[in-house]
Amino acid sequence: MSALDTFLAMGGYARYVWPAYGFAVLVLGGLLVQSLSAYRRCRRELAALQGEGRQ
Amino acid sequence: MHRFANPARFMRLSTAILPWCAGACALSLALGLYFALFIAPPDYQQGEAVRIMFVHVPAAMMATSVYAVMAAASAVALIWRHPLADIAAQSAAPIGAGFTLVCLVTGSLWGEPMWGTWWVWDARLTSVLVLFFLYLGYLALVNAFDEPVRGARAGAILALVGIVNLPIIKFSVEWWNTLHQPASIIRLGGPTIDASMLWPLFVMVLGFVLLFVTTLLLRMRTALLAAKVRALRLAEVERMTHAPAPVSS
Repeated sequence: MSALDTFLAMGGYARYVWPAYGFAVLVLGGLLVQSLSAYRRCRRELAALQGEGRQ
Repeated sequence: MHRFANPARFMRLSTAILPWCAGACALSLALGLYFALFIAPPDYQQGEAVRIMFVHVPAAMMATSVYAVMAAASAVALIWRHPLADIAAQSAAPIGAGFTLVCLVTGSLWGEPMWGTWWVWDARLTSVLVLFFLYLGYLALVNAFDEPVRGARAGAILALVGIVNLPIIKFSVEWWNTLHQPASIIRLGGPTIDASMLWPLFVMVLGFVLLFVTTLLLRMRTALLAAKVRALRLAEVERMTHAPAPVSS
């Protein structure tokens, strides 16, 4: 078994360890990405509205 | 305090802080994951499964800490009517719910190989599940009113009442016989975890705290911008309805 396989196997606990890390990345990363895209969308909307106002 | 937290000043301050916060968060999470997955030794009893701890424990700490932040902001909102406090509480809630969900799921994934069960209705697990429902209840309540001010007030009261759950979570492992282990980090007499696992854990906790602050600042800024968008749209509608009808020739 290569070093990578040994690492991925997690001493036989791969099916518990990796889903745990994966779920954390999914939920916490997802929240961050969603917050960031909502922020950008809001900024674009505001810029568009303020652009209209100036005309 | 009002001087330091008016919305305009918050926007300026957060613009300056946000990139540093995000950078420090990325750095500490990268370092923390490296320590957690490669450097920390396997446990003498749990083997490699112990690595779940490096996600589970920081998530659990954040689940309760974010609730404390949310309740403190709610208190400020109720007492001083501070405009930013409601926004802070409402922005913190979904992040806290996320941390709580991660805590519950990683705990379940750790429980199955170590305890032989995904779930047990012991005091610790049940009180954390209640915390998750408190977050969801708060979010539902805040959005259940046509008038945002009333929703915010009802939510703030629920958040304050829910504080009672925090000491129950903390001391559940001492007050009742739980399958969950008692505290091994924040306890009288110091931590009982070996330094080789404690340091990676600290770095991960730091990363989670910075992740919370980064996401919170982003959501608070979004809420303030959204309020401005609403005000501008309202002014637009106002202008259109009051404008004199176009004269036809």
